[in-house]
Amino acid sequence: MSDSSIPNPKIKLAVYWGSACGGCCVSVLDTHEKLLDIVNAADLVFWPIAMDIKYKDVEAMADQSIDLTLFNGAVRNSENKHMAEVLRKKSKVLVAYGACAYMGGIPGLANFHSREEIFKRVYEESESTLNPDKVRPVEEFEVKEGVLKIPEFFNDVYTLNQVVDVDYFIPGCPPQSERLVEVFTAVITGIGLPPKGSVVGALEKTNCDECLRKKTDNKVIKRFYRPWEIEDDKETCFLEQGVICMGPATRGGCGVRCVTGHSPCRGCYGPPPNSTDPGAKMMSSIGTMIDADSPEEIDEIIETIVDPAGLFYRFSLPGSILGRKVL
Amino acid sequence: MSKITIDPITRLEGHGKIEIFLTPDGGVENVYFQVPELRGFEKFCEGRPVEELPSIVTKICGVCPGCHHMASGKAVDAVFGLTPPPTALKLRELFYMAHFVHSHIAHFYALAAPDFVVGPTANPAERNILGVIAKVGLEIGGEVIKQRRIAQEIQALIGGHQTHVVMNTPGGVKKGINEEQRDDIVKKAEGFIEFSKFSIQLFKDVVLGNTEYVDLILKGPYALKLHSMGLVDDQNKVNFYDGKVRVVDTEGKELFKYSPNEYTDFVEERVEPWSYLKFPYLKKIGWKGFVEGQDSGVYQATPLSRLNAADGMATPVAQKEYDAMFAILGGKPVHATLAMHWARLVELIYSAERCLELAQDPDITGTELRAPIGKIVGEGVGIVEAQRGTLTHHYWTDEKGMVKKVNLIVGTTNNHAAICMSLKKAAQGLIKKDTEITEGTLNMIEMAFRAYDPCFSCATHSLPGQMRMELILKDLEGNIIRKIKRR
Repeated sequence: MSDSSIPNPKIKLAVYWGSACGGCCVSVLDTHEKLLDIVNAADLVFWPIAMDIKYKDVEAMADQSIDLTLFNGAVRNSENKHMAEVLRKKSKVLVAYGACAYMGGIPGLANFHSREEIFKRVYEESESTLNPDKVRPVEEFEVKEGVLKIPEFFNDVYTLNQVVDVDYFIPGCPPQSERLVEVFTAVITGIGLPPKGSVVGALEKTNCDECLRKKTDNKVIKRFYRPWEIEDDKETCFLEQGVICMGPATRGGCGVRCVTGHSPCRGCYGPPPNSTDPGAKMMSSIGTMIDADSPEEIDEIIETIVDPAGLFYRFSLPGSILGRKVL
Repeated sequence: MSKITIDPITRLEGHGKIEIFLTPDGGVENVYFQVPELRGFEKFCEGRPVEELPSIVTKICGVCPGCHHMASGKAVDAVFGLTPPPTALKLRELFYMAHFVHSHIAHFYALAAPDFVVGPTANPAERNILGVIAKVGLEIGGEVIKQRRIAQEIQALIGGHQTHVVMNTPGGVKKGINEEQRDDIVKKAEGFIEFSKFSIQLFKDVVLGNTEYVDLILKGPYALKLHSMGLVDDQNKVNFYDGKVRVVDTEGKELFKYSPNEYTDFVEERVEPWSYLKFPYLKKIGWKGFVEGQDSGVYQATPLSRLNAADGMATPVAQKEYDAMFAILGGKPVHATLAMHWARLVELIYSAERCLELAQDPDITGTELRAPIGKIVGEGVGIVEAQRGTLTHHYWTDEKGMVKKVNLIVGTTNNHAAICMSLKKAAQGLIKKDTEITEGTLNMIEMAFRAYDPCFSCATHSLPGQMRMELILKDLEGNIIRKIKRR
């Protein structure tokens, strides 16, 4: 795949998934024509979804021989952790790509439960499962032909930077493809790269700053509604209609996609600049919108939010100040 | 005992590992296909408001999120005791047809075709979509990109988000389409039909025109005699969005047909200690082990089994191709694993034709988008056909619609036992005493796996975009071999 008309040697690029859905890999592909720049400048050395390159090939690579690795998905099991460590060693720049690698993402909601609770539900209680002997998958199992191994399923879901050193974070579920091109160009040229540890490929403002729905600065919320409890007028700010929208506690950069589809934001881009915790940020934003005369009334209004922890930390529980539910 | 490990299996969505145990003289003793991952959606959906589930479960698979969104949306309707108005149902199905079009196109060109067009034992560095386009020509590559993109545009327009769709709400959808948008979709759907016809012709030329491949399909180590599952309409025609689940036995006779809320009477799942993924089987027959034949409880839920399980296709061109396929392959039911690729192209034509029908339907631009909310029933099942198999979502809630329990039987899970068996059969057919085991041999074993999973396809759905650009350069260097012309 080399091209002699390009003078600079191509950089080596790897894309890998931990505990993921594949949507991040799709977003890499969704750069369309702009992927021309990437393909012209990079050789893909590892990408299981599209290429026949195996783990042993990666482990045989020299340390630091991959210029850029986009790691998507959370760290859910020992295989994810092992590959994170291998790719860290083999890569000059390691990017946590997407909500799961960055903050834990949707799989991170599992931190509301323990490994035991998950196994019990899936392998024993499930209404379609017949398992009188209470068989569970185990890491090493001896069959008559030999030993079969599967990775250890951890009790907790981890973000990528909770297991290895991460250079940059690209938020989103999945990240907006256009932004990847900007980051990629910066990595290749070395121009415009912010300090290590920065969130890149997103905006330095909140999602509300990007939203086209109409909003006022009035305190308007008397109670909260679930989305189906109102007749959405399709033009007024969801919060002002009393529906929880994570816009104020979310970094911009997604193109306000869900709201354009008449769905409130659920925070997949993570907390906005200068804020580390979406839940704390959301509570302070809501506080400025509630129309109440007394602290008791504020409490009553807040009580009308259903599943606040699951809403405020929808994409970020493992990476938040909570980390997990203490069981 | 010596052992060969293929890890990870590639060109698929998700993780998988194949362990092949060899006999002392070099034959195959046994093969295990292991799924090394679990995320536990069934557990962590508990406690969420049920209306949030359609946009949480899309994250089960970013490659076929639309399938989970639809099964979930239907389960949520049932929890609320609602039937969406005709416009909403048709918009959902229209979205879903575009989802199938883009997925089936991409699976054929990006994932299946490398094995046939480039060659099953070709250099692995070329055995990808780039290699395919090098063989079939840039013009076709461009068309693949265009059609996939158009399918995605329709999904983004109706679904509200290009990947993780957000359209469903209890009893309906959040957004409608106008006349202008409808006219545009009609034109696009006409293009899908043309491209689908072209694709099946390409398959006939490249695969059926090559006796080596025909032998591989018909006589190769890839056939597996199992029962077939698929969703059908009230005429027993294939349907992806709605209907009853029909199961036919290995001889093609109907075993039973069930409504979504009866699924636990017909399907049961087994746990094995060596894989995180469970093994469903037909409950009325019971688990008889990893065995094929009429007495086995193992079934398949694939494009081929959908065609086996139905009496035909609901649209004219697809019906013609359905008849042609079964005529050439010796009548129903067909058990040749690699014929799944052919069946998928018949389904592609159906999706394209159905897309056009729905776009032309007078209801599609209606403004009644959701049913009024009443009392919450508290339990609901939603079933759709995902590209890779029958998909079941089952939710229980309290009287406020907060989720108490979730049970899921996901597309590929249906085929877990069958995949294990196909792999073993392929390995036993390909690895014999004194056979030299090459990378190509192992890829041919993986082909048994790849045939099952159309969902992998959407994963690489814009890879052609990448490769096209690369190929322009290669073209100038004279490396493109145009073997097939578009007709």
